Amino acid sequence: MSWFKRSKEGITTATSDKKEVPEGLWVRCSNCKTLFTSDDLAHNNYVCDRCSHHERIGSEEYFQLIFDDGNYTEIAADLTSGDPLEFTDTKKYVDRVSATQKATGLKDAVRTAKGTIDGQKLVISAMDFQFIGGSMGSVMGEKIARGIDEAIKTNAAFMIISKSGGARMMEAGYSLMQMAKVSGKLGQLSEAKLPYISYLTDPTTGGVTASFAMLGDINIAEPGALIAFAGPRVVKETIGRDLPDGFQTSEFLLEHGFLDFIVDRTEIKQKLSLAVKMFMS
Amino acid sequence: MSTYLDFEEPLKSLEEQIAQTKELGESTNVDMSEQLAELEQVLQEKTKEVFSGLTPWQRVQLSRHPDRPYTLAYIDALTNGQFIELHGDRSVKDDKAMVGGFGMIDGKSVMLIGQQKGINTKMRQYRNFGMPNPEGYRKALRLMKLAEKFNKPIITFIDTPGAFPGLEAEERGQGEAIARNIYEMMRLKVPVICIIIGEGASGGALGIGVGDKVVMLENTWYSVISPESCSSILWRSWNFKETAADALKLTSTDMRKNGLVDEVIPEPSNGAHRNPEEMFQVVKAKIKDYISELEKQDPDKRVEDRIEKFCQMGVWK
Repeated sequence: MSWFKRSKEGITTATSDKKEVPEGLWVRCSNCKTLFTSDDLAHNNYVCDRCSHHERIGSEEYFQLIFDDGNYTEIAADLTSGDPLEFTDTKKYVDRVSATQKATGLKDAVRTAKGTIDGQKLVISAMDFQFIGGSMGSVMGEKIARGIDEAIKTNAAFMIISKSGGARMMEAGYSLMQMAKVSGKLGQLSEAKLPYISYLTDPTTGGVTASFAMLGDINIAEPGALIAFAGPRVVKETIGRDLPDGFQTSEFLLEHGFLDFIVDRTEIKQKLSLAVKMFMS
Repeated sequence: MSTYLDFEEPLKSLEEQIAQTKELGESTNVDMSEQLAELEQVLQEKTKEVFSGLTPWQRVQLSRHPDRPYTLAYIDALTNGQFIELHGDRSVKDDKAMVGGFGMIDGKSVMLIGQQKGINTKMRQYRNFGMPNPEGYRKALRLMKLAEKFNKPIITFIDTPGAFPGLEAEERGQGEAIARNIYEMMRLKVPVICIIIGEGASGGALGIGVGDKVVMLENTWYSVISPESCSSILWRSWNFKETAADALKLTSTDMRKNGLVDEVIPEPSNGAHRNPEEMFQVVKAKIKDYISELEKQDPDKRVEDRIEKFCQMGVWK
């Protein structure tokens, strides 16, 4: 004898009463494959509850996470790429940019904003990896430069959240020179005795690593992020053997002395706020 | 024994003909000066023809020509041997791909630094093909700081296929080393002159490439990536290097046109690799001009101008 028995045959719920699970409500952690509702994951700042894997997020999520009450004012929001070299690979650069803008709703791979963190003034430039791999072109250089100008003008702390594959090839020489440009601006920030905090997130490679990402008064990173000058594939080809476990992760860089500390995204606001206070009070 | 690139082949037979004619004249005591003059004339015209219509990819090939003079050859010629090479980054080791030291140019002492390629297979390995490790950049920075302390102008020679992408290089912070150099070079209180004498590949070049004067020799390239790597990433194949070389606008002419370098130094009509002596003289004269121009400026203003120059680079809407 079974414990439960259908009292009526067939499906009795009317189609109109059926509860749909909306698409995209469930998401899997890309590391341990645990299922979460997207609300839960968002609530935990896109960090997996179980394995603490940090999913990649964009500038908006970081601004919401760090600025008081998620309030901020964006700086130079409307800047977009020119096409100085009239660059074409398999696609025209201008088309690539406009298609990406349409798909992402973003103008370029970085956004700069000012706001407060526990009442202290802070300017942040945060990258969006979904915009051509977070690549650095003229717009990124200029938007970061404007952020630094703003920090100097308002006596605020400055932070860059790096998440980039490196320089944008379609702007060739121009993108290379952004490394010099931002470094020059950071020098001015330093003269003004204002702190620059570099937050490295997955992934930070190439020209971004070889310039401002490594130049923080403090360099901090999210756990498990890929941080490299040459990417792992290139290094592997160069040396002709497999790379050691954990090579080029945040933990590896901390061990080799290039980071001050690693901080979970869920604790970044608290740690950052304290750091700003240490510098500015 | 010189090496000829495929587009230089027409010059090869002419040069051989001239050599043979000379030899014949000497051995038979017959006056061949008329024939020789004629041949020289033809060679000159042919040289002009070959070198006037170079494609960007051919310029890239020239920049890597095995007969091209490398950093130490320039240093030796400029200083007439009055050069003290200094070694080591005082931390890890001495990087053979980056050389530097104090030198005397016509009685004026300067700091000379540059990437160094090898002149034969053994030396190429010894010099790591001109690809510095972090120690190289840190050695360069140490020497620059030394120059600043003693108020000496700095001249860097850029010739690298890139910073070395090795495992130890990553462990020891290749990115940080280059970043630090860029940052510090921007603020050096002495005149800084950077000359691209061959290949200027990306961060590896920029790591000693921030200066009041950044100039390129005519047949060199400078960009964010080599045409080969660009081809492999954007076209997912190694076969588009010529197209990539066009697209990147990496020649001296294009880089000057776009305001990314300050000047192009013309090479001898047959290239620096065929006539290094003339090249050295031109470079020496330029360096002396730059130094006397830059030394007139107030150091703080010079730094300000340097930062401002790089801040102007970029195109946006």
